[in-house]
Amino acid sequence: MTQKFNSRVYVTLRPSVLDTAGTAVESGLHQLGYGTVENVRIGKFIELIIVAENQESADKQLHQMCDQLLANPVIENYSFDLIPID
Amino acid sequence: MKFGVVVFPGSNCDRDIAMVTDGILNQSTRMIWHQETDIDDLDVVIIPGGFSYGDYLRCGAIARFSPVMKSIIKHAEEGKLVLGICNGFQVLTEAGLLPGALIRNRDLHFICDQIPIKIEHNNSIWTKNYQSQEIVCFPIAHGEGNYFAQEDTLKELEDNGQILFRYCSEKGEINAEYNPNGSCKNIAGITNKKGNVLGMMPHPERASDMALGFEDGKKLFTSLLL
Repeated sequence: MTQKFNSRVYVTLRPSVLDTAGTAVESGLHQLGYGTVENVRIGKFIELIIVAENQESADKQLHQMCDQLLANPVIENYSFDLIPID
Repeated sequence: MKFGVVVFPGSNCDRDIAMVTDGILNQSTRMIWHQETDIDDLDVVIIPGGFSYGDYLRCGAIARFSPVMKSIIKHAEEGKLVLGICNGFQVLTEAGLLPGALIRNRDLHFICDQIPIKIEHNNSIWTKNYQSQEIVCFPIAHGEGNYFAQEDTLKELEDNGQILFRYCSEKGEINAEYNPNGSCKNIAGITNKKGNVLGMMPHPERASDMALGFEDGKKLFTSLLL
């Protein structure tokens, strides 16, 4: 018995890593007049569908995918949502 | 010495390397398609610059899972030589053969330039034909060459003499002004602890032929020859 899950993975730079793109966007926002914005960080959003026996198995596989490929642990953190598709 | 140059989909500096090892230095050289797994015949494996897999997701992140990489990891574990140039350096950090990571240049621009580089020491098979603290000129061409590692990793690299190349001024000053991409400690190239794996962002293969104006890079390759 297998189930399909929608997954949304959020990959973000670790706080100790300089985010030059985030800094550029922050200055852009300031130039637009949003002077109260600070600490802009840009990450990645990855969507995928995974077929697994159950939520636990899907969760485990997704962690492995993130550890191996989707995120680089030297510079990135990740989190994800797993939502069963009916 | 038998050289092999890896070709991933998107690699583009492979033939420039063969031009040096084969064309100029007359060493046995063959190309290694990324799906090959038998590299037992080779002494030195070189991972060239370029845009493997279009730099999608992260530079080198997908290339590091090509079939040839398992063989290259084994090759490195056996103490044999592996050189990663530019995208090759990125592949080596993604594969865990070298510590740290290469991130986006500090000023966000892709930099194409010829700049002074300091050879930190010549106690390495890669730099033995240079003088220690020698200042050379290498081309750089990258958008994600900013070397990053945690403080404890950086300290280990310093203590073990693993930092072989640093960005510097023409006089050899090492500071932020002469750091083109913001890399930690002006690091331009490092080895692993054993010293048999070298990753560097500058392109020595583009500075090995006087016809192109300068040949400071040639000594890196001749250092490897018996």
